[in-house]
Amino acid sequence: MSVDTVTVKRVARLARIAVTDDEAEQLKSSLNGILAFVEQLNEVDVDGVEPMTSVQPMRLRRRKDEVSDGFMADKVTGNAPETEDGFFLVPKVVE
Amino acid sequence: MTAELTGLSIAALRDGYAAKSFSPVEVVDAYIAALDAARDLNAYVATTPDRARADAKASEARIAAGTARPLEGIPLGIKDLFATEGVHTQAASHILDGFKPFYESTITARLFGDGATMLGKLNMDEFAMGSSNETSFYGPVVNPWRAGGGSSNAALVPGGSSGGSSAAVAANLCAGATATDTGGSIRQPAAFTGTVGIKPTYGRCSRWGVVAFASSLDQAGPITRTVRDAAIMLRSMAGFDPKDSTSADIAVPDYEAATGRGMKGKRIGIPKEYRVDGMPEEIEALWAKGRAMLQDAGAEIVDISLPHTKYALPAYYIVAPAEASSNLARYDGVRYGLRVPGRDVTSMYENTRAAGFGTEVKRRIMIGTYVLSAGYYDAYYLRAQKVRTLIKRDFETVFADGIDAILTPATPSSAFGVGEMSKASPIEMYLNDIFTVTANMAGLPAMAVPAGLDGKQLPLSLQLIGRPFDEETLFAAAQVIEDAAGSFSPTRWW
Repeated sequence: MSVDTVTVKRVARLARIAVTDDEAEQLKSSLNGILAFVEQLNEVDVDGVEPMTSVQPMRLRRRKDEVSDGFMADKVTGNAPETEDGFFLVPKVVE
Repeated sequence: MTAELTGLSIAALRDGYAAKSFSPVEVVDAYIAALDAARDLNAYVATTPDRARADAKASEARIAAGTARPLEGIPLGIKDLFATEGVHTQAASHILDGFKPFYESTITARLFGDGATMLGKLNMDEFAMGSSNETSFYGPVVNPWRAGGGSSNAALVPGGSSGGSSAAVAANLCAGATATDTGGSIRQPAAFTGTVGIKPTYGRCSRWGVVAFASSLDQAGPITRTVRDAAIMLRSMAGFDPKDSTSADIAVPDYEAATGRGMKGKRIGIPKEYRVDGMPEEIEALWAKGRAMLQDAGAEIVDISLPHTKYALPAYYIVAPAEASSNLARYDGVRYGLRVPGRDVTSMYENTRAAGFGTEVKRRIMIGTYVLSAGYYDAYYLRAQKVRTLIKRDFETVFADGIDAILTPATPSSAFGVGEMSKASPIEMYLNDIFTVTANMAGLPAMAVPAGLDGKQLPLSLQLIGRPFDEETLFAAAQVIEDAAGSFSPTRWW
């Protein structure tokens, strides 16, 4: 399979990365190179093979449903570009 | 004296402190002078000399009081991927501009809790995506090794992604370094610099506080100048952490003791699939030398087959970008780092990520987003995860047949030139990890140990791959190779 420029722009939109027309062309060629490289996986007979979900046989641990951490809004927002009163500020989302 | 202090191994520093031959303050001062003199290597992206001096003073008091901890007064370099409280942590990316975490990664907390100090944060490929340390926002790291024993002026890459770690350790700019390995990012840079690097079993070292690349593959480990030093550092780094859901609740053995076990009664597998087309004669010869070293030490050498080896790299280039595209979704200009304004919230995201990520990171996010997108998931991601099951099964089969560890070359070549691969396709760069990536796909421990020099007088390494949670056999085998091959250090030119 290979991608065209329209697909590259659609994927860039999904990934939330702005791309120029030039960048889209470059990405198209490198993505197609990678897609051609991974094509060889189609040679492998995977009938009846379970997809890997974990390299070690393990069950995710459970913990008690109780508060163990928190009350540190100043630290949580301490690295944010824009904040106010312990909230993250973003451009207006709802009119 | 100063140069001598920075050339000492962690084990020698420990012994010297105990014997009061020198003090942590003298050692830290020697390293700070060495860092200043080595700016051309670009190994560090931030240095913390005041903290190192203060820690050294405290260590001096502990040593005097007889309460020294296992890594007391050992100056380390920390890869920029590890969250260090109040200190530069950017994964060598522009998008984490100015980020200084309010918390400490579990691994660095353990190392500092055992008495180690930090000289600074080490350069790396951006978000650990690269094999040459050329994708860093802070520019490439230069390998302290040069061809012809230093007679060539051409700058070489130190490998990647832990290129700052490998260069700093090889150039005596820290006694040891933390590193991480998703597809070979500890072992390949260690091999390019004549240093020792181990990627432990998945789950051995906590991922908490380590900037995530591909969570099912990422593992931290040390890069050091000797096998014994790697054993000392790993013992402090490893161990159960309830804050990492995939951390293994298994006791950490005395790895240093394991270095002296020898090879008697061990069966070492030689996989025929690692004899790839076009492999240089020198690598083939090195591999044969390694087999002889282990055999002389009492190991039985057995030819084995790992039939799905060739599919590990293509499967990796689906699984790793897929996980990365998800992990890197958090860099949105809202919670930390860079923000580039836009006309609305979506364009703010898009502009921030366009300006903040480098070319290789964007490429991998794009591939990952594509293979996970509607209609392609089964064809790419699901198939790659099935192939991954088969790769792991190959290893399980040979281990069930009584193989204790596997010996392979670590890399298909020695270090290449800075800029040499700039015109090459991404795939050519990815092929650097052809021997290392299988261990990540199967979650197995694997180690690179220097074994000789090539015709250009550059270091070459062998790789040992072990059973899950049996790092001890790797340390035993690596020690045999180190004892037989010796250690390799670059001629100083910087």
